Amino acid sequence: MDNLQLVISGLANGCVYGLIALGFVLIYKATEAVNFAQGDMMMLGAFVTIGLTNAEYMGLPFWVAVPISLGLMAGFGVLLDRLLIRRMFGESQTSVVILTIALGFVIRFVAGLIWGHEPQTLQNPLAGKDIRFGGLVLGLEDVAVITVTVLLTLSLYLFFARTKLGLAMQAASQNQLAAYYMGIPVKRVQGLIWGLAGMVACVAGILFAAKGAVDPSSGLLGIKAFAAAVIGGFGSLPGALAGGLIVGVIEPFASRYIAAGYSQIAPYALVLLVLILRPHGLFSQIRLKKV
Amino acid sequence: MRIVFKTSYLQDIRPWKDGYQLSLYLILLACALAAPLLLDDFYLGELTNVLIWAIAGMGLMVLTGHTGQASLGHAAFLAIGCYANIILLEQGLPFLLAFPLAGLITGVLGVIIAIPALRMHGIYLAIATLALSVLMDDIIVLSEPLTGGVAGKFAPPVRVFGIEIDRWGTPRAFYWLVLAVVVIVTLGYINLLRAPLGRSFIAVRDSEVSAQAMGVHIARTKVMSFFLSCAVTGLAGALMGLFAGAFNNETFSVVISILLLMMIVIGGLGSIHGAFFGAIVIGFLPQFLSISKEWVGALIGGNTVAIPGLETGVFGLILIFFVLFEPMGIYGRWLKIRTWFELFPFYRRDMFKRQKSYLKTERLR
Amino acid sequence: MSLLTLDNVTLRFGGLTAVDALSFSVEPGEVFAIVGPNGAGKSTVFNLISRFYDPASGSIRLENDDLLAHESSDIANLGIARTFQNIELFEHATVLQNLLVGRHRHRRSTMLSELFFLPSVRRAEIENREKVEEIIDFLDLQPHRDKMIAGLPYGVRKVVEVARALATGPRLLLLDEPASGLSVEETSDMRWWIEDIRRQMGITVLMVEHDMGLVSGVSDRVLAMADGARLALGTPEEVQSHPAVIEAYLGRAS
Repeated sequence: MDNLQLVISGLANGCVYGLIALGFVLIYKATEAVNFAQGDMMMLGAFVTIGLTNAEYMGLPFWVAVPISLGLMAGFGVLLDRLLIRRMFGESQTSVVILTIALGFVIRFVAGLIWGHEPQTLQNPLAGKDIRFGGLVLGLEDVAVITVTVLLTLSLYLFFARTKLGLAMQAASQNQLAAYYMGIPVKRVQGLIWGLAGMVACVAGILFAAKGAVDPSSGLLGIKAFAAAVIGGFGSLPGALAGGLIVGVIEPFASRYIAAGYSQIAPYALVLLVLILRPHGLFSQIRLKKV
Repeated sequence: MRIVFKTSYLQDIRPWKDGYQLSLYLILLACALAAPLLLDDFYLGELTNVLIWAIAGMGLMVLTGHTGQASLGHAAFLAIGCYANIILLEQGLPFLLAFPLAGLITGVLGVIIAIPALRMHGIYLAIATLALSVLMDDIIVLSEPLTGGVAGKFAPPVRVFGIEIDRWGTPRAFYWLVLAVVVIVTLGYINLLRAPLGRSFIAVRDSEVSAQAMGVHIARTKVMSFFLSCAVTGLAGALMGLFAGAFNNETFSVVISILLLMMIVIGGLGSIHGAFFGAIVIGFLPQFLSISKEWVGALIGGNTVAIPGLETGVFGLILIFFVLFEPMGIYGRWLKIRTWFELFPFYRRDMFKRQKSYLKTERLR
Repeated sequence: MSLLTLDNVTLRFGGLTAVDALSFSVEPGEVFAIVGPNGAGKSTVFNLISRFYDPASGSIRLENDDLLAHESSDIANLGIARTFQNIELFEHATVLQNLLVGRHRHRRSTMLSELFFLPSVRRAEIENREKVEEIIDFLDLQPHRDKMIAGLPYGVRKVVEVARALATGPRLLLLDEPASGLSVEETSDMRWWIEDIRRQMGITVLMVEHDMGLVSGVSDRVLAMADGARLALGTPEEVQSHPAVIEAYLGRAS
């Protein structure tokens, strides 16, 4: 029963990692760039929602604030694409990576300026409620986190696999020029993807700030989400979620069964192990270049 | 415009183009040697810091700028070099032995780490090295008997040829020591780039298949690049430890890794100049910011307030600016300005414009 | 003895048989061309010789040396150099540096001696440079010597690829579609160069090419392939008039 409790709390944490990883994978799938600022966008989404909802800021009702902040973050994503990423069209993957790392630094700095560096919690209607289920005590927040995440992943997965736009996005990532020739508006597709990634980051941020406290450096959580994305194979949406859950569950178990310090290390050790065994991620998509 | 009339292949092989260029670099070296006589202790310390960062930058430049392997974990090697140096000194080894040994140890550990990393490409290598850098913090804490754990270690003053060298006690001697290391590493780097090994690094960076077809052994070449890169980074780490005086597991955090990579990008990937330009930016940015903060504070008449994260934030902005508008970094801009003057008034705007390329998937390697 | 011998070589990618029990041999001093429709497995044969792929069965030999016992980076050391269909140059290096990488197999110095740039390294560098200059002279690359590849036009890049392969000092030169994308004049230049490579340098040439004018102009023997297998082998005229080849290109006459 105790272990089950650990699993549940691990899963809820893992969902947040999974959602950030989902953001990585979304952008990677569609633009073949890795957005190292995804964790910071999550943090920004959390603060935007806090700014709208919490009594000491604007004090809007929770259910009004959430759609507004989702919209704002989607707009932020599109704006990033317009202002920065679009100019990188045709540049190497590494340049985009470095650009997004720098972007993360800037977002962290700006968030600190606006909201300060104290950890803050999102005031939400689910706070403090729980469900009792046999001997199990489940925080309603945890349950909500898990449900929202699973639903979101599922719908994004269907979107990419089934809809014309989703397929167009995948095509645009494989070969920009060819996608152009096939009549796919590559740039607009990229903008949409960044908007979507902004929204996913916002959802992750809301869930994260509702469960615990967020501060500007929370964006560094993104590094753990990398572990999740790699474990799940960069490029697979359900894989990203699965990777996030694995990382989330491993943490509490490592600290209980190995030693307290190890919950920190476990995800990184795991990602190193995965990369050593499978240098291109668990579900490798890299094949030998044709010459 | 100066046109160099070449009469011998040696003119292409030697590191300078002509006497004019050589004299410029000699003047620069003379200025660097004379710096302690011109600067006060504070600015000398800052300059020393810049030089140490330049060594670290050259270390990463070999791997990322010339071999094309992006590492987000080089702070781990700074840490290894730093701890190895201090531990060897504590064992009673003289500095002149402990210091190169620290570099060697870092290089060898780098190779051991590189072997599983050889098959990783692009972002996967970046993520693996990032994970390594995060883990290094915990590894240092866990190996407390060796590293002193969270409490950290203190750097003792060192002696070279009977002269005591200490960051605070004898800052001039310390500066000259660092400058000597900078000169040696830079000369080695220049030699590397004009020799077959350096060219094979560039070959691996630009096209692994055709490098292979030319007889370059990819894995062996990458291992050598890792060795040289980590060894030089280890030397920089050892100097950083001596410079800081005290350090612990948090001194060489993952943020340092990221800053180091950003630094060489700002400076200009793929050139030795880039490491120095980047180090100048990273070394003098905090000074520049605090001075301009005072200036702004005086202007609006308010008190100067501490703004946490200001440095990294501004650094991020600078980097975004460079990636967007000058992907070749400060060195690239420098080349353009130089060409502008050399060709005046015939410089054309599109002179350095590259052919537009479209991204093809990198999943096919 | 034949210089290069492929004996019963088969390569499969999953269910697809890319090369199907292919046998042929290249004699020293000849120009040997492989022709065939797209997807016939021509470039795959090159990639097998370069050891980028492992064949499922069969043997590949250079004189008596079993190529399959060597790693792909050893192939250049054995004296086989190649070019690539979609130019694979070192983009961010000069033409000169590209050609000097071609000399890599002659490297005798160690890392340490290079870091100090000892006199022995200097001597080797001058020797490399002299060899490379001969090739620059031969292929008229002087105007481009110090230019970055990234700024060169396509036709020049094609020539630089050939030059880089020649810089390795090969016995056997593999040219993968040397004339694709070249103008008529550039193609005729390429033709003279291939002949000179054979005559003046005494290098055996194995090439894949679509331009039948070039093929029949320079090659001694031609192998026609379709679906990974041999259709016909003989002089250019024999192959061009071979019924199976005509069928593969034009379809069966009704």
